[in-house]
Amino acid sequence: MKAWEVVIGIETHAQLSTRAKIFSGSSTAFGAAPNVQANAVDIALPGVLPVLNKGAVECAIRFGLAVGAEIAPRSVFARKNYFYPDLPKGYQISQYELPVVLGGKLAIAVGDGEKVVNLTRAHLEEDAGKSLHEGLGHHFHGRTGIDLNRAGTPLLEIVSEPDMRSAAEAVAYARVLHALVRWIGICDGNMQEGSFRCDANVSVRRVGEAKLGTRREIKNLNSFRFMQQAIEYEVQWQIATLEDGGTIEQATVLFDPGSGETRAMRSKEDAHDYRYFPDPDLLPLLIDRQWVERVGLAMPELPAAKRQRLLADYALSAYDAAFLTSSLELAAYFEATVAAAGRSNAKTCANWLMVDLTARLNKDDLEIGQSPVAAAQLGGLIARIGDGTISTNIARKVFDALWTGDGSSADEIISRHGWQQISDSSALESLIDDVLAANAAMVAEFRAGKERAFNALVGQAMKATRGKANPQQVSELLRKKLA
Amino acid sequence: MIEHDLRALRRALAAKEISSVELTELYLQRIARHNPQLNAYISVDPESSLAQARAADQRLASGEGGPLTGIPIAHKDIFCSRGWLTTCGSKMLGNFVSPYDAAVIARFAAAGAVLLGKTNMDEFAMGSSNETSFYGPVKNPWDASCVPGGSSGGSAAAVVARLAPAATGTDTGGSIRQPAALCNLTGMKPTYGVVSRYGMIAFASSLDQAGPLARSAADCALLLNTMAGFDERDSTSLDRPPEDYSRELDRGAADRPLAGLKIGLPEQFFGEGCAPEVMQLVDTAIGEYRRLGAETVAVSLPNMDLSVAAYYVIAPAEASSNLARFDGVRYGYRAAQYEDLNDLYGKSRAQGFGAEVKRRILIGTYVLSHGYYDAYYLQAQRIRRLIANDFAEAFRQCDVIVGPTSPSTAFKLGEKAADPVQMYLSDIYTIAVNLAGLPAISLPCGFAGGLPAGLQLIGDYFTEARLLDVAHRYQQASSWHLQCPAGFA
Amino acid sequence: MSLTPEQVRRVAHLARIEISDAEAASTVGHLNDIFTLIEKMQAVDTRGVEPMAHAQDVGQRLRADRVSEAGEVAQRDAFQAIAPETAAGLYLVPKVIE
Repeated sequence: MKAWEVVIGIETHAQLSTRAKIFSGSSTAFGAAPNVQANAVDIALPGVLPVLNKGAVECAIRFGLAVGAEIAPRSVFARKNYFYPDLPKGYQISQYELPVVLGGKLAIAVGDGEKVVNLTRAHLEEDAGKSLHEGLGHHFHGRTGIDLNRAGTPLLEIVSEPDMRSAAEAVAYARVLHALVRWIGICDGNMQEGSFRCDANVSVRRVGEAKLGTRREIKNLNSFRFMQQAIEYEVQWQIATLEDGGTIEQATVLFDPGSGETRAMRSKEDAHDYRYFPDPDLLPLLIDRQWVERVGLAMPELPAAKRQRLLADYALSAYDAAFLTSSLELAAYFEATVAAAGRSNAKTCANWLMVDLTARLNKDDLEIGQSPVAAAQLGGLIARIGDGTISTNIARKVFDALWTGDGSSADEIISRHGWQQISDSSALESLIDDVLAANAAMVAEFRAGKERAFNALVGQAMKATRGKANPQQVSELLRKKLA
Repeated sequence: MIEHDLRALRRALAAKEISSVELTELYLQRIARHNPQLNAYISVDPESSLAQARAADQRLASGEGGPLTGIPIAHKDIFCSRGWLTTCGSKMLGNFVSPYDAAVIARFAAAGAVLLGKTNMDEFAMGSSNETSFYGPVKNPWDASCVPGGSSGGSAAAVVARLAPAATGTDTGGSIRQPAALCNLTGMKPTYGVVSRYGMIAFASSLDQAGPLARSAADCALLLNTMAGFDERDSTSLDRPPEDYSRELDRGAADRPLAGLKIGLPEQFFGEGCAPEVMQLVDTAIGEYRRLGAETVAVSLPNMDLSVAAYYVIAPAEASSNLARFDGVRYGYRAAQYEDLNDLYGKSRAQGFGAEVKRRILIGTYVLSHGYYDAYYLQAQRIRRLIANDFAEAFRQCDVIVGPTSPSTAFKLGEKAADPVQMYLSDIYTIAVNLAGLPAISLPCGFAGGLPAGLQLIGDYFTEARLLDVAHRYQQASSWHLQCPAGFA
Repeated sequence: MSLTPEQVRRVAHLARIEISDAEAASTVGHLNDIFTLIEKMQAVDTRGVEPMAHAQDVGQRLRADRVSEAGEVAQRDAFQAIAPETAAGLYLVPKVIE
């Protein structure tokens, strides 16, 4: 029997970072009191009408440009009709036959290589409200509460082709997409708050089979870890079901992180017949070439291009370049650091960002944008390492001082503490003479062939200089004196 | 005073011959006396109306009045009006006190008009007789055993019975023009997009358009001046420079004031299907137009006889979706007893909507459903295009298309209520105009058996001022529009 | 074509309008009369005709990305004053099971 092949396509709902909702002037800010950010349009009072937010369209254009897709010169909003209490109009305004973004590609890292995932389309639509089933208190027994603050938040639904062949590929795709929407500033990517949600369409088939297996759709995956777990569980469940002689029924399933299992949803079970038709309240969306060009000019350099440039300009490793382009903020921080430190220190800058700065940020649970040490400060510090003014050990102390705000620049801190390295060899020589005189026993041990004693003498000398000597220079002088 | 047109009322108010409070009280008294018999109004709120009248009197006293300041206007109960019950003729909205004003309501308020009351209508504007209203049928003031037409039948009955100087209506397939014809009024459906639909409860969004119902074309022009205008809250509102729709009316009288006007007579308006007595009045009116200098040419609208079929796909399809928001969750009627969510929906909607509304929701749901969309909905949209193309072709040969508004005079209450198709066919001459989005006006052209008949003028896009002028010239030469039903003088 | 009472019940369910078997049976006649009227369209050859969804052949106007309403509790409360059932600022419905 041939092995199983897994086929996965991902639909992603990215909440767009507009100030106002997609069809009304309500705020999209997260966390307001229930229904306070739901105006007459959002709660679908009789007679109200939608007017499209230009900012949402611009986000869609940015995305289309970022994935090399076609921006449709004419697209159409349609109504998707179904009844649900968090859907106030009884229909969702979405795009159906004519979406705003067509095609596009996204490269993901697979093993040591790269794989291109094709995109089908991306379309604009409105988010629904939220149904609160729990935590309503005893007098809401048997009730679901509806909060429409989220209703009308702009979404870009990004649909991939079924190009992924494992949970790991699916997660890699989701991560690259997540980084990209944040990079181009169209989505804050906050998965806890639901700003970036993925549905995975999963099916399996025997290797070599041309026809796709029946798929099940795992809804609302809101973390990469859950996505990995959910797909892995779903795949083994489908394979086990088929190998046991069963069949897969097309279904919508939910992932339960507690049990690690997927289960079919009980509601919305009746045959979907959404009765799409062009929304008569909204005329066709026309996007001319000039608009697309204007948006293109305002786009940041894309991650792939930036990665190539970092490799070429700074001679970084592929790993370093990938790490530093995982977010626009990190890449910008890196480049600003290099600008202050000097291009010859680029590798040192990369190391400091990836090790010291990242560790410190993680410890204090901060994002790069919140770093107390600015890129220019860090660059100034690295410049002093590069020109030999301070050692790496001293540099860590300077960094701590910058982090706590005890000083405004590396130079100021170094000079205030007198942390410049002693590189004047006559001063060092007399200091080393003192150390040799004071440690006659160690000198004797060294001469008797104990190499360890030499290290102890270096330590004594460094201690005497309070760390300000260049250890290499100290070691060379000692060897000369003891020879 | 009740025979004054809007300009005369404005002069009387400016000259302090009457105050807005007195004028409003006069109408409120007439409503109190006659409405129980006609059922033209669903809501009257004297306190609220008189407060607006007092404010208008202050504006008038300070000399800052606008063209409608202090004049009471009745509004179809389809326009959301803050603080007013806004029912749309339905049990579904029997408890809906609107928290906001429709654009039309706000524009009248800004012009200083007094909101006199909310008029009865077919439920959600679905009907041609006013019999589908949950609040009971409206009686035709010319004959209480007859319908006033619909769906703006309450507005029409109120204005012709002198229970309001003028009123607003909405027209999705003839809902202004047909009641105007059946009640001896002048009523206009403007070009789609000229009047904002914001706050006007949607029936069929791509066809709905608000317009005036009044006793003359001149009054309609004044009302349209207030109603029309760009509104950024309606994506289909057209951003055009403001127009004075009465600008043509003050041209001096002439012997042949319409010399040079080409009137197109489509063969499809003059075939079978129209009552002979109505056709005779229409022919006579066309003769009058020739006397006024117009020239008539034969034109053709070959696809017009498909308009009712296309309309009864497109309008119910849009309505089935527009009316989905009435689900008993955020406002409106909720069934008292239900078991679960779907039961709440099913019962609230079954009990809250009347038979005709449910019928149209079912038709609309069906034609949009899987497997039927192409055959019905897309085919209807293609026929809509053919009909619009027919009009474009006709307007290459003429300035105004003329024909009957309704194939008959007012029919008896109950006569067509049991036969939806017969009811739908009463809009056979009006529906094509909505599909194309054109402006059209109905004006009185005489009486048959004591009941009024209407003449319909259809213009090319944005020719409202011209249409009003063409109607006005006829009204300068005739007195049909001045006739008042017995018992309401 | 002609509808069956079963189709009427299915469509009524899609539209969330409760309908008894007797109502479905009695509605079928009216609906089929209407569909007979509608069927007239099917005789027309419309190949190559662009469907017309809007009366005006223009593009969509867009709104600037600007918050135009403050989002106040007072307004929420005014909206909910006309709601069938609310608590703690939420609209309430019978429990929805996913």
